[in-house]
This record gives sequence, C-alpha cells and structure tokens, in this order.
Amino acid sequence: MIDYRPMAAAPSIVVENLRIRRGGVIVLDELSLSVAAGRVTGLLGPSGSGKTTLMRAIVGVQIVESGTIAVLDEPAGTPSLRWKVGYMTQNPAVYGDLTVRENLRYFARILDAAPESVDEVLETVDMTPFAGRVVNKLSGGQRARVSLATALVGSPELLVLDEPTVGLDPVLRRDLWKTFNDLAEQGKTLLVSSHVMDEADHCHDLLLLREGTLVATGTPASVRKQSGRRDLDEAFLALIKEEVA
Amino acid sequence: MSFRATFATAVRVLNQLRRDPRTLALLLFVPVLLVFLLEQLFADRRVIFQQIGGPLLGLFPLIAMFLVTSITMLRERVSGTLERLMALPLAKLDILAGYAIAFGFVAALQAILVSIVAFGFLGLDTQGPSWAVVLLAVSNAILGMSLGLFVSAFARTEFQAIQFMPAFILPQILLCGLFTPRSQMAGWMRGVSDALPFTYAYDALHRATKLGVFDERFALDLSVTIGVTVLALALGASTLRRRTG
Repeated sequence: MIDYRPMAAAPSIVVENLRIRRGGVIVLDELSLSVAAGRVTGLLGPSGSGKTTLMRAIVGVQIVESGTIAVLDEPAGTPSLRWKVGYMTQNPAVYGDLTVRENLRYFARILDAAPESVDEVLETVDMTPFAGRVVNKLSGGQRARVSLATALVGSPELLVLDEPTVGLDPVLRRDLWKTFNDLAEQGKTLLVSSHVMDEADHCHDLLLLREGTLVATGTPASVRKQSGRRDLDEAFLALIKEEVA
Repeated sequence: MSFRATFATAVRVLNQLRRDPRTLALLLFVPVLLVFLLEQLFADRRVIFQQIGGPLLGLFPLIAMFLVTSITMLRERVSGTLERLMALPLAKLDILAGYAIAFGFVAALQAILVSIVAFGFLGLDTQGPSWAVVLLAVSNAILGMSLGLFVSAFARTEFQAIQFMPAFILPQILLCGLFTPRSQMAGWMRGVSDALPFTYAYDALHRATKLGVFDERFALDLSVTIGVTVLALALGASTLRRRTG
C-alpha cells in the first residue's frame, strides 16, 4: 500500500531499552522502538520472537525488568490508559458461555460506552448475524472476531491487536486489513502483530522482531530496499540471516 | 472502584449462570433433596433432624458457593479473560464485589427455597426466626465465595480446584460442632476447631436456630464470620495481579 501522508509528528508508543524476563529467560533485550500515531504498524516476527510479550508490556499487564514504555505520553500501565487502549489477546479472551452480544455489552458497560456502540463494533467485524449466538458454538475464526470486537468497544485511540487475522479466511483477512486502515484514517493508531509476512504490505510501518531484538524497521518499501529483495518473506529471511552472520 | 463496573460484572456472572441451567438447577435443588433425605433418615428420631436441620440449611450455600467460585475464578485465570479484564478500567474490587453480589443473590435464592421446603413441608422447627437462617445462609455463602476465590489462586486445573473441597471444607464440617459438641472434643481438636471459620458460622446458626438467642457470643460468631470473609477477600484480591510475568 502506498502511503502519501508524512510520518505523523508525536509517536503513540515509545519503548526505550526494554528488557523483559519470562521464566528466567530474557525475552526482550534492550529493545527500543517507536510507533507513529495515526498509522498501522505491523509487528512481525516468527513465533517466540517476543511479539506477545511486547504487546502485553504496552498494555501494562506484563512485569518489566528494566527500561521505559511511554504510551500516549504516559507510562504504560497508567490507569487512565485503560480507557484509551484497546487490546486483543492472542487467544480469544471472551466468555464462551455468553452470547456475542452479552460479551460485548459487558465490555461496553465497563468502558461506559453507549449501548449502540455494541451494534457498531458487531458491524465492523461482520458478526451482526451471530449476535445472539453463544460464543462456544462459534467457529475459531468467529471467536477471534468477537475478541477483536471487544478491543474496538469504546473506540480507543490506540489498538494493540495480537495476531487478529491468524486463522481467518483470505476474504475476511482482506476485509479486516481494510478496517484497520479505515481506523487509522480516522486518526487511530494500530499496532498489529502477525507471523505471516504476506500481511506486511497492509501496514504503513513495520517492526521486524527476532528473538527479542529488532531486525528491521521502516515502511514495507524501505524494508525491501534494506534487504535487496522484492518479496517481503524473502526480505525478512535475508535480514535474519544477515543478523546471524 | 465504580458502581457501574461492579454492577456490570454482577450481571455478567448471573448471565453466565443463566446460560448454564444445569448448574443452576443443581445449585437450587440439591440442597432441597439433601434436606429431604435427612428428614427421611431421621424419621423416627425427629430430635436429631430438628437439631442439625437448621444449621445445615445455613451451611449448604457456603459449600456450594465455595465450589462455584473457585471453579469460575480459575476459569477466568486460565482462559485469559482475567488478563483481559486487567487491561480494562476495572478495579480488582469491582470484580470481587461483582462476584459477591451475583453469588450472594443465588445463595439467597437457594437458602429461601430450601427454607420454604424445610420449614413449610418437612416440619423443621427452630427456636429463632426462620429469616435469621436465610440471612446467615447468605453471609455464609459470601464467606464460602471469598474462601473459594482465595484458594482458586492455588489451583492450576479444575481437578485441583475440586479437590480443595474435601481438603478445605470437610475437616471444617467435621470439627465445627455439628457432629459432636465441641465440649466433648479432645483438647487439640478443640484448639483446631477454634481456629476454623466454619466453627463460628455453625455456632451462629446453632444459636439462632436451636437456642433462639442472639447474645454476645452470637455477635462474636458473626464478627468472626464477617472478619474472615473480608480477610479472604483481601487475600483473594492480592492474588489478582494486574501485571504477571
């Protein structure tokens, strides 16, 4: 995708020298990065590269060893941020024994969002026909969309979405990426993780993560240039090898 | 803490129960069946039924709520919904109070139903007023809920959580004075009994039903029950971590 807008001024997320240990192992080591406001930033990397840990740290539910994270100009984990940051976990975190609408209504009530906002997010994730269904009876992809919908409730400024398109069919994936771009168009900031490189072209900016360190950053075009490959999948492999060599 | 988020949580928990009619039926009708069995068992020895029937009415909700809460809270921890809630503008106390309201309501229904059957149809007769049994049953239910909440932090699976019932609850039932008056217990046993919250919950019921007296000792019983509830809730709240490793 070609993006003609200039890089936005103030970044929504600034991470500096972040180090996180999980189970004694260093998962993120001296990581520094920033995420521009009003853009879709793809956080890409193989499984186990630390994407989820970074996202958990940004939404303030991860114990951090050292370093700083500023989210919308406040330290990550600040209570007021919980109103402004929407989070979609990697495994759908919704109540399986409730209907889709009951789930969303619970989130809307907590966030003091208007009841109509539930209908809006249902429409956004294309789940309106399933509103009355119990979540446990839905397919995996549908469940993922309900989980995504919970992140959209209350129209937060910043969306942190952990692999929202994984396991979905191609048509739906394309629709969701369009939705993400529309949301950025409206001024929202999105940080979207994926381990599927084909999705990189839907993003304005990329952060390529490998074993807790950044391998490359920049627009898809500049990442291609850095690696000298046209295919982003190959570009990523080339950059990883470079790093290793 | 916010009234809105607490109320939303209570509604959500009640909705989950409503979507699980089997559990709801078991919660409401098993105590009725047990009291009926008890009455039949002591058909020739009405004195015994009169003696243990009243206190037992007040202990059923404690056991039921202990089980229901420990499993429900374990599910929240394991399924990832708790982590999701921690990223929302929701105080830990909102979650706990929401649970207390929802389960307190169900416990009241349970106590009223079993009281109607026992007092109305099975000829149970107590010295004290029957509403005192219902009120004590609700306060015991909330005690059971807070204990269940606390122990759920120490279980990794639902199997373990269920095993906490015989480990945590049965010794207390044996030692509370229901089967053998505490004055007839060996010294060490009595000492253990003194340290267990059930002892006070049972004693309050015993005083309200058998003796019909609301004396200083009753006030002490009630204070201990409420005190342990608050302590267990505080300990339970400390096991709900906003940030995890």
